[in-house]
Amino acid sequence: MAEAHTPVRRTPLYALHCELGGKLVPFAGYELPVQYPTGILAEHLHTRAAASLFDVSHMGQVEVIGEEAARWLEVMLPGDIQGLQPGQTRYALLLNEVGGTIDDLLVSRPADDRDGSKLFLVFNAARKAVDVPYLKTRLGPAVRVELLDDRALLALQGPQAAAVMARHAPDSARLTFLTQAPMSVAGIACRVSRSGYTGEDGFEISVPAGDAEGLARLLLAAPEVKPAGLGARDSLRLEAGLCLYGHELDETISPIEAGLAWVIPTRRRAARDFPGHSRILRQIEEGPPRKRVGLKVEGRQPVRDGAEITSESGSVVGRVTSGGFAPSLNAPIAMGYVASPFAKLGTKLFATVRGKAQPVSVTRLPFVPTRYHK
Amino acid sequence: MARKYSKDHEWVEVSGKTATVGITDFAQEQLGDVVFVELPEVGRTVAAHEQVAIVESVKAASEVYSPLSGRVAEANKAIVDDPAKVNADPFGAAWFFKLELSDPKELDALMDEAAYRAFAAESH
Repeated sequence: MAEAHTPVRRTPLYALHCELGGKLVPFAGYELPVQYPTGILAEHLHTRAAASLFDVSHMGQVEVIGEEAARWLEVMLPGDIQGLQPGQTRYALLLNEVGGTIDDLLVSRPADDRDGSKLFLVFNAARKAVDVPYLKTRLGPAVRVELLDDRALLALQGPQAAAVMARHAPDSARLTFLTQAPMSVAGIACRVSRSGYTGEDGFEISVPAGDAEGLARLLLAAPEVKPAGLGARDSLRLEAGLCLYGHELDETISPIEAGLAWVIPTRRRAARDFPGHSRILRQIEEGPPRKRVGLKVEGRQPVRDGAEITSESGSVVGRVTSGGFAPSLNAPIAMGYVASPFAKLGTKLFATVRGKAQPVSVTRLPFVPTRYHK
Repeated sequence: MARKYSKDHEWVEVSGKTATVGITDFAQEQLGDVVFVELPEVGRTVAAHEQVAIVESVKAASEVYSPLSGRVAEANKAIVDDPAKVNADPFGAAWFFKLELSDPKELDALMDEAAYRAFAAESH
């Protein structure tokens, strides 16, 4: 197993991952645990039943600061950023000139922001090198981008996450899904957001790097909480029907094809003032040529990323973008893109696995109902 | 006979002209939770190094190669029904298939336990 000699970064929890027996793998330029000794299945099921702690410190955390920061951000994002209330968070997409997706991210207006001059962004680790320069070249001269490299990000996810958080941060009980606030967690000044990537209720805690290990140990000391790695994070998000950049989203895929038209509010559609608006608005009107779909896989064999999807007549109509085994359903599931005529619920298709056509059918997303605290 | 090992992380135990084949503890550890196994059909003639089975975990898919040439005499349906056995007992209950060997001399090309341990440590 030869590995490329690229510099690999470690998160502030590296020593803790090693101590917990995490199996470390290179991921988006970081050394992160794909699993701990209990394994992906157990970590996944524990997250759905109780609560798990994930190290997501590799993700990009930036502040966009300056006069009319929200208006400037809307130059690249088709969301309603100017309409964000203090303490509110939105899922958003960074678009290129052809309406393809540069990245997906969470944009928050800090609870203490009074004049709309500060926004907090969390985006994909693998896209840092693309996103930051893209933002910098397009934001106005009075707006700056600050990479918060000195902060870790922990995700506490699962139905018992709220009970655990309430012990260390009573104010966290007031947060609802996609809201955040600065608050003390066990005496540490953090930024706590009620959000996550598992489909469960949970929190993402932005914490100073030097305090991250102490906070992680404290949360792991709760009887409900166990550590979980990247493997479970991926199987959980797949069950929740959430997009993963580089799989369901890339620079050629439009938000409409991805089934994310809801990120573009009426005001922005009417104003036609975002990158790629002509393609995107045409797709809203006429329907996109391809659509993201959920796929139920017959039999037991997982269908993986990259598998061709064919119709009953044998012609290629799409491709699988994520696939694996769903521990909560005890069955294989997948997501992919298919030509729109084949995207109707219940459509019978085939995914090619090792040269064999395996029956799949288009099914509703998410695969497992989400349980956000709204 | 002492267990022998291949570079593809299969193990073999030979008794008379029959070899039992499985994947090593190292291999199951690397794969993680096994969720699917496909085995060769009984009666199939296989050559050494030929892909004969598939094992998939939550995360990854992997091919299993026959370490020796011969005819598949038996396939362990128990691991098809309960793939988690591969993680639990890779050298015992979770054997993959049995071969009637056509060329027992091929065994000489396989590693003994000490050599395999060193090999696995290197490929870590």
